[in-house]
Amino acid sequence: MEIVRPEVNTPQEADAVEGAYINSLIADSTSAIPDPDRWIDEAVHRNVFLTTTDTILAWGRQRSIFPMLFATACCGMEVISMSVSRFDLSRFGMDVVRFSPRQADVMIIAGTITWKMALATRMIYDQMAEPKWVVAMGACAISGGTFRESYSVTPGVNRIMPVDVYIPGCPPKPEAVIFGINRLHAKIIKGTMDDPMLSKP
Amino acid sequence: MTVITSGEELGKKIAEAIPGSVVSSDKTSVMLESKSLAQVAEFLKNTPGLDFNYLNFATAVDYIDYFELVYRVLSMEHNHSLILKTRLYDRENPAVPSLVAIWRSAYFQEREMFDMFGIKFEGHPDLRRLLTWEGFQGYPLRRDYL
Repeated sequence: MEIVRPEVNTPQEADAVEGAYINSLIADSTSAIPDPDRWIDEAVHRNVFLTTTDTILAWGRQRSIFPMLFATACCGMEVISMSVSRFDLSRFGMDVVRFSPRQADVMIIAGTITWKMALATRMIYDQMAEPKWVVAMGACAISGGTFRESYSVTPGVNRIMPVDVYIPGCPPKPEAVIFGINRLHAKIIKGTMDDPMLSKP
Repeated sequence: MTVITSGEELGKKIAEAIPGSVVSSDKTSVMLESKSLAQVAEFLKNTPGLDFNYLNFATAVDYIDYFELVYRVLSMEHNHSLILKTRLYDRENPAVPSLVAIWRSAYFQEREMFDMFGIKFEGHPDLRRLLTWEGFQGYPLRRDYL
């Protein structure tokens, strides 16, 4: 789906344009987008080892992720409690929560994404600079959760953008989110060789 | 606390002023003919002593045989409230006069009812979908949706 901005003069026209985009987005997202970093596992299985420069770069990157909070539902409360002093996300260099996608590295999707919101979500994802990661947090973001059969909710945010880490729970506890962040770190540093959580059975 | 006006008393008053508009009335609410809804609303708003100048909410219920619209109006001056109801038996093309000209707060409520139930509000300035998007098929809160 490509987004161009046509000229609109009235709310009615804007509504029609938005409706056409949403309908085309629904038509385009009939199946889940596979994880683009799946090759990491395969590369490791073929005994491809990483160079030192890559490792150092990835190590630096891993410890300074700027998250972009995209809280649309109750999972946002858990993200808030995770980022303040009790669970303290700044231990992982993630204390600078950015509300601009251009300055963020990881997008934490915390909550239900409706089809109307999916358009904005996809636009924000496209605005993020590479390298970028997406964390789907909670049952709604993973699969639609309770609202999977609903007329207005996306059955999983992986229909509209590739997702790197899934954190199950309804909502997940802050510890679970921190565990998910750890898995994201492992993925970034490509340390899949001795990591049973990321390597294939 | 807002005093709930007796629907029986007020129903008599309305029936006197606009004959044939009241179907029935009970302790809390007045059931109206859907055609005379706008007339009754104007009467309720502009009659001294009643002065229902504020529409609290408007909503619709699908009872399969008919749609029931529920309006709660209240008066800021006299601090009393009333519930108005009306029934629409036409499932294919339910239509009712719009109350936006009388109570401005009906604007978004009527758009939402149109979006969720497909009820046409005649005289609404800009009747289009509010919560779902343009091009959405069907009316999701109807009992026969899906």
